[in-house]
Amino acid sequence: MKKKSGMNRSVLKRLLRYAKPHAAFLLLALVSAIISVSLTLYGPILVGRAVDFVIGPDQVDFAAMLPILFTLAVTIVVSAAFQWLMTYCTNRVSYKTVRDLRIQTYEKINTLPLKYIDGHAHGDLISRIVNDVDQVSDGLLQGITQLFTGIVTIVGTLLFMLTISPVITVVVVLVTPLSLFVAAFIARLTHRQFVEQQATQGELSGFVEEMIGGQKTVKTFHYEKRAEQQFEEINGRLYNCGVKAQFYSSLSNPSTRFVNNMVYTAVAAFGAVCAITGWPAPLTIGQITSFLSYANQYTKPFNEVTGVLTQIQTAFASAERLFAVLDEASERPDSRDAAVLEHCEGDVAVEHLFFSYDPARKLIEDMNIAAHKGSRIAIVGPTGCGKTTIINLLMRFYDADRGSITVDGHNIQSVTRSSLRRQYGMVLQESWLFSGTVRENISYGREDASMEEVIAAAKKAHAHSFIMRLPQGYDTVISEDGGNLSQGQRQLLCIARVMLVDPPMLILDEATSSIDTRTEWKIQTAFEDMMRGRTSFIVAHRLSTIKGADLILVMNQGHIVEQGTHETLLAKGGFYANLYNSQFAVS
Amino acid sequence: MRKLARFLKKYRLQVILGPVFKLTEAIFELIVPIVTAQIIDNGVRTGDVNYVWRMGGVMLLLGVVGLCCALVCQKMASIASQGFGTVLRNEMYRHINTFSHKEIDRFGTPSLITRITNDVNQLQYAVAMLIRLVIRAPFLAIGAIVMAMLLDFPLAIIFLVATPLIGLVLYLVMSRSVPYFRVMQKKLDRISLISREGLSGARVIRAFSKQEHEESRFRAAANDQTDTAIRVGKLSALLNPLTYLIMNFAVIAIVWFGGMRVTSGGMTQGEVIAFVNYMSQTLLALIVVANLVVTFTKAAASAGRVNEVLETETSVPETAKSAVLTKEGAPKITFSHASFSYSGDGGTDGEKFAVKDLNFTVKAGETLGIIGGTGSGKSTLVSLIPRFYDVTEGSVYIEGIDVKEYPFSQLRSKIGMVPQLAELFSGTIASNLRWGNAQATEQDLEDALRIAQAKEFVDRLPQGLDSPVSQGGKNFSGGQKQRLTIARALAGRPEILILDDSASALDFATDAALRRALKDETRGMTVLMVSQRVSTVKAADRILVLDDGAMAGLGTHDQLMESCEVYREICLSQLSKEEAERK
Repeated sequence: MKKKSGMNRSVLKRLLRYAKPHAAFLLLALVSAIISVSLTLYGPILVGRAVDFVIGPDQVDFAAMLPILFTLAVTIVVSAAFQWLMTYCTNRVSYKTVRDLRIQTYEKINTLPLKYIDGHAHGDLISRIVNDVDQVSDGLLQGITQLFTGIVTIVGTLLFMLTISPVITVVVVLVTPLSLFVAAFIARLTHRQFVEQQATQGELSGFVEEMIGGQKTVKTFHYEKRAEQQFEEINGRLYNCGVKAQFYSSLSNPSTRFVNNMVYTAVAAFGAVCAITGWPAPLTIGQITSFLSYANQYTKPFNEVTGVLTQIQTAFASAERLFAVLDEASERPDSRDAAVLEHCEGDVAVEHLFFSYDPARKLIEDMNIAAHKGSRIAIVGPTGCGKTTIINLLMRFYDADRGSITVDGHNIQSVTRSSLRRQYGMVLQESWLFSGTVRENISYGREDASMEEVIAAAKKAHAHSFIMRLPQGYDTVISEDGGNLSQGQRQLLCIARVMLVDPPMLILDEATSSIDTRTEWKIQTAFEDMMRGRTSFIVAHRLSTIKGADLILVMNQGHIVEQGTHETLLAKGGFYANLYNSQFAVS
Repeated sequence: MRKLARFLKKYRLQVILGPVFKLTEAIFELIVPIVTAQIIDNGVRTGDVNYVWRMGGVMLLLGVVGLCCALVCQKMASIASQGFGTVLRNEMYRHINTFSHKEIDRFGTPSLITRITNDVNQLQYAVAMLIRLVIRAPFLAIGAIVMAMLLDFPLAIIFLVATPLIGLVLYLVMSRSVPYFRVMQKKLDRISLISREGLSGARVIRAFSKQEHEESRFRAAANDQTDTAIRVGKLSALLNPLTYLIMNFAVIAIVWFGGMRVTSGGMTQGEVIAFVNYMSQTLLALIVVANLVVTFTKAAASAGRVNEVLETETSVPETAKSAVLTKEGAPKITFSHASFSYSGDGGTDGEKFAVKDLNFTVKAGETLGIIGGTGSGKSTLVSLIPRFYDVTEGSVYIEGIDVKEYPFSQLRSKIGMVPQLAELFSGTIASNLRWGNAQATEQDLEDALRIAQAKEFVDRLPQGLDSPVSQGGKNFSGGQKQRLTIARALAGRPEILILDDSASALDFATDAALRRALKDETRGMTVLMVSQRVSTVKAADRILVLDDGAMAGLGTHDQLMESCEVYREICLSQLSKEEAERK
């Protein structure tokens, strides 16, 4: 527990660093809080004083009342103004801090090694950028001001009450532990039930997601009745904990009102007795009124403080999740004397390369490849054999453990990453397009490209004709997941994007399936055009591509088991020949 | 919302009694300021200490009884609202289960999930508020005014001015700021969209060295969201200070004009204090009313979305109640002039048929390959057999009986279907395999795994058949999942096995072994094998070629190579000339 609070303190310190640029506003918020709370609390005292001049028929002193009421009016206006200022400043600080945190987290992700991005669920990372950051803003920044206001209110109320009548204050203070206890008790009860309710709700959502998402299978196996039974079982549990959670949480209002009523009654009775007997201290009726106003609002700050405390706890958890991302080691920056690779020829050599994602599981061992300018290298092998790993290493998405890769004789470790990557044109199987127009997507690699150049690239990629058939041609906006384009069309756009940049080397990842024949033909022709004169690495699935390659790398379990051309490999009768023949085994 | 009221029927008692109890508490609450006034006017003025203690006791009693009433109401509200939600969810889930793919596609899975979870929660909350606050809050607001009027009518005019003013402020501020929350959500969605793109496109972004460009896009979205948030914040920050202002000026007016009434003998000092108390009660109640309006506006939108689900009738109704006798000697499957369009009205709306005029039969035990490009209607064709969709025109028969005349259980138990997208469910491997046949023995499961080429990797798992499967089968690779879904279909020992491009994630060697095992071990089973790969369908007894929804050919590989242009084109794009012509 102690360790936890120590951690919280460091998390808080770090968060405050983010709020630092907005320190002036934060300070202003706190000052405004003090001013508005004190003035708000001062109000009842003034009302009480004024009421004391209203005694009975012909016993009302208007002349004495006037200045008091005037002061009251000023107090109210100033308090209201500062109330607004406080909220405004808090909002401003928390929203701006949140924005900074968000941007920083996003930028951090851009510097993280791909290993991190590949190894973490994207949904989880997005949730950190979106939800956790919001939690931090709600819980910590807004929470801190609420906490502050609550405490100021409690302390202020006590002080004001003391100045009126220490005796009655003692009565109120005696009831205080009760209200604290009630608030804490309900909060604890509720929290436990909420956790359970949340978990069951999550279970239910998960079930529905699974079953509705898999409706086809549910129907095929006539599983509906069984699924309904399971659903009703979870739903029944949700009812049980839902009733409890809701009941407990709804206790807080009436209980608060009850405690308030007790305080109110105590103040009214004791106050009246004091006023009558003058023992243990004299009290005016106006002062009773002031006390009653305080009593009316007395439990409110206690509830708020308790509520905020749990919120702050959640916020700390979120902040830790954020900092976990920010504390990840970034990709090693390019060395200072890294050269910029320009206009390379495309001679690529891999020598004695060792690499594994996980030290415990060896993957690539002692790999050697020599690719000459303009040659085509097809990489084939069963799934999971390490084909994409080669792409990762060539592009330096991952760094090799040992051995070297050179381009035109330059070790790729000694050149800047971005200049290396710009020498490659890459078309992956999962074609990535962003939400923007077709033109923006094609000119992604060269934003300065003219419309003519974009069209020329699209024509070379055999994409021009379908683009022209789109509703707004090149200005058609591609929807979030590219839903308005077919898989093949998306890939053609990716090819056009590479065509526009015109790089000396290529990395292509052929699609395994799901492309219709005509588009497939277009893609193949486009690939063919693109590869002419360029050193190309192709993760190949299509036999025709494989057969046209200058060099075939046959991979299995991270090793290149065979190298050669189609003919030599077939003649060898090894792994490749087996793979090739299995296609026609059933005849 | 009225249509959903029937789900509250079971809880009629709670819905009526809850507010009654709450009202009792509210009445007590309204009495308290009067008792205080009595203490001051009758107790303090006359110096009667006993009277003060007595009245103090009365107030305490009011508080205790009030608390009890409130607790009873809260309990009733939780039972009724949660019960309402539970009944509604069960009903919705049952109803969704009757939907065909058409309805599910129309709503979309994520939307259905939100409706059954968030929307129902929203309604549940509204029911609770209905019981707890709908009577109480307006009653307190109006009650406080009425009490004030009873105490002293002329002074109560202040209430008649202040209350509408507070109401107006609440309305103006909230009606302007609440719609902004949707805008904010949209801006937040944009932030998460750019994050998602940044993550899924990490390789491409780095390949083009476009990190800075992406960052500036993100920054713009984040700034935009912040600006809106601050603008809305400025507006909604007005709410508290403004209402505070109005209320307190009303208090000043009460003290001043109350003084006039007191000096003329129309009121007592204690009554002035009661007025001040009523004023603050009114304000609190009005704020609650304003929040209620927001709650119910949201609930009305949710109710609309829930009703939309409940009112949607399935387009594939089950008409047969009892099992039908099949015709002996009839072909296993017959498509007779079967056409289907997703819009249901084929042609009239400009919508074309997904498949049109399909005419063919499949004999028992035959293997039929189905090939064609994406969008040629292969998956649609096989979906018509288990009635995922109903034909728009023509008919589909199984063993001589129209599929529409079968009860679903009889029809679907004949068919084992392996969908394109391998779907596994959380549980164990065994529990997944038993979907089709809950009584399958371990030996049955082992056999199914062996045929599906999955036995080897399942045996290697430490827990074998009892290995856990996480949601969607995420802990298995694509190829493993496909093989498990094939095994699942086989374990049900179906008469008809439909493989809808379900070997796409398998490498060539495994694909070939699977086909060989299917051929050897499933004699008598009618197999429909959909694929984009020529190599997969090449060895089938007959191959059906689809082009743009129409049949372009039906025959063996060799026949089609001779006669079918579309088939030849597909073959040549995938195989070399000699491979395509190899017998």
